[in-house]
Amino acid sequence: MNSRERILSAVKQNKPEFQPLPETTRFQSDYPDLVAKFSEILRFIGGTPVLVANYEEAETYIRQTYSDLPSVVSKVPALSHLATTDWDVVDPHQLETVDLAIIQGVFGVAENSAIWVPEERGGHRVLPFICQHLVLLLNTADLVPNMHDAYERLNISESGFGAFIAGPSKTADIEQALVIGAHGARSLSVVLLQNS
Amino acid sequence: MENPFGSKPATSNMMNHSEAAEVFTEDIDRTTWHDKTLWFVREKRDKAVFQIPEWEALREAGSRIKHNALSNLDEYLLEFEQNAIKNGVKIHWAADGHEHNEIVLQILRETGATQMVKSKSMLTEECHLNDFLIEKGVDVVDTDLGERVVQLAGEPPSHIVMPCIHKKKEEIGALFHEHLGTEKGASDPKYLAEAARQHLREKFLTRRAALTGVNFAIAETGGFVVCTNEGNADMGAHLADVHIASMGIEKIIPKAQHLGVFLRLLARSATGQPITTYSSHFHRPRQGQTMHIIIVDNGRTTQLGRPDFRNSLKCIRCGACMNTCPVYRRSGGHSYHNAVAGPIGSILAPNLDMRKNADLPFASTLCGSCSNVCPVKIDIHDQLYKWRQVLVAEGYVDSTKKQGMKLMASVLSSPKLFRFSGKAGRTMMRLLPYSVSNPLNPWFKQREMPEPPKESFREWYVNRETKK
Repeated sequence: MNSRERILSAVKQNKPEFQPLPETTRFQSDYPDLVAKFSEILRFIGGTPVLVANYEEAETYIRQTYSDLPSVVSKVPALSHLATTDWDVVDPHQLETVDLAIIQGVFGVAENSAIWVPEERGGHRVLPFICQHLVLLLNTADLVPNMHDAYERLNISESGFGAFIAGPSKTADIEQALVIGAHGARSLSVVLLQNS
Repeated sequence: MENPFGSKPATSNMMNHSEAAEVFTEDIDRTTWHDKTLWFVREKRDKAVFQIPEWEALREAGSRIKHNALSNLDEYLLEFEQNAIKNGVKIHWAADGHEHNEIVLQILRETGATQMVKSKSMLTEECHLNDFLIEKGVDVVDTDLGERVVQLAGEPPSHIVMPCIHKKKEEIGALFHEHLGTEKGASDPKYLAEAARQHLREKFLTRRAALTGVNFAIAETGGFVVCTNEGNADMGAHLADVHIASMGIEKIIPKAQHLGVFLRLLARSATGQPITTYSSHFHRPRQGQTMHIIIVDNGRTTQLGRPDFRNSLKCIRCGACMNTCPVYRRSGGHSYHNAVAGPIGSILAPNLDMRKNADLPFASTLCGSCSNVCPVKIDIHDQLYKWRQVLVAEGYVDSTKKQGMKLMASVLSSPKLFRFSGKAGRTMMRLLPYSVSNPLNPWFKQREMPEPPKESFREWYVNRETKK
């Protein structure tokens, strides 16, 4: 018998009596204002929420805030002209010099300000992690209250890879002192687009 | 030194929990600091939890989903395997730690990789993967900041979520000065974290193989989720040609929608965050990459067969039981001499090796705080108590403790003897305080003995009745 068969037969022999799944695994969160909740949590975890009316305002914010960054990748069609060079690279290692990545998130979660970013949105899986700074765009209409609603909306195996991203990368491993900017992005702005 | 657990293997010079804790608590300031730091994390957990009105129902749901998963685990494992293979992932099965390590080495050799980056995986700690690979000439770099710190120090992690929580920033500064060339005497956490970022970025960019742990494996889709704050798992996996993910069989959850329950519970319980920065969902290798999942038993099926202890397999490794434990906070993770420390480690470890870990279920006050904060409602303190019964019955606890227990049982079962002993004890403590307040009495260590009362409750009660 190989290990696979040994493990499976041991599990079969030793497992407890069958227990059905609980009836309730989805709970409701009643936040009166999803944008306000999302923004409050994002600030709490070190990100910056920015509410804008349209892509022009989004562009103005990005230009003003990140004017000193030389290498910019933009994966948002409406903001493609913000990219400083053609970044259609084959080898993801080439993205190591990216200062700013601009990516459109699919939807956001108010309770924890997490944003679903599947690999298709970044072109390369590593892009939202390897860039020094990250801007995620999100339509305010694409906010859900909590993680139960998120998985209700999401088909997780549709993409080969996808991540919920909540805030900039961080660590508190040294004496519990919070340091923003561990291995992933050093900062995160979430540009919330109204009326879209 | 008195050793209440005369059960150490003859070949090992390993200290038992109380001996190691004694060494840790010699530095009173450090003990107090360690205690407060972890309590601070517990308080952050409370703040996060109190914002979720349905928290208790959520815990119940988490616990019952895990119960279902364990009760149907063979079917779910098969479903997971089938779906993962469809996704283009290679599945391996390892009966124990050694087989797991051999599989990793085999994959690395097939790839031609002699270097590997690794993100946090308590399972690989349990299997002693690093030692094994280094012996075989593979260069392994831990990329979680805390894990890198303990790796440079040549130590195991002391906490499953905060691996170097026992270290002061000055000690980390000295390590980084020696190994990463940071300024001598520098200890600012921001400066040190930046140095680690630069140092590890070079590793991410040059390593062709990456190993990650698995937080949740979804039977329904064959995918798995890895949670980090630093982004190290993603930096490693998305840049490497080969991604190896190691998981214990108990990481299985039935459906994708159950992630909603567990991701709400995990980070709030662990650090008081609403969610980790990155919750990465892996389903298929990226183009040109190969992805492997190693499914490991290493004693888990045995634990599954122990009705009193199988609930320990529900654990989602949040560490809340450690942060709240009065013994863990004041004895440090290393005193548990096991990959997973604290209350949960103390109920997992005896399953792996009863003789070696017979001391751990006794490293508890049985206060129950661990069970109260556990996000999947594991009855941790009950299991600690039950392990004590098993370990004594199996003969893993030495005779001193047994004799003491026997004596206490005979005193407590005879009212006359109980009254006499109480009175004698109180008189002794009053007339000859040194008879108990001396280093021969283990209870006197790090404790003040209480002032003996003049009379017992019973005496007071009887006198009060007669005075009426």
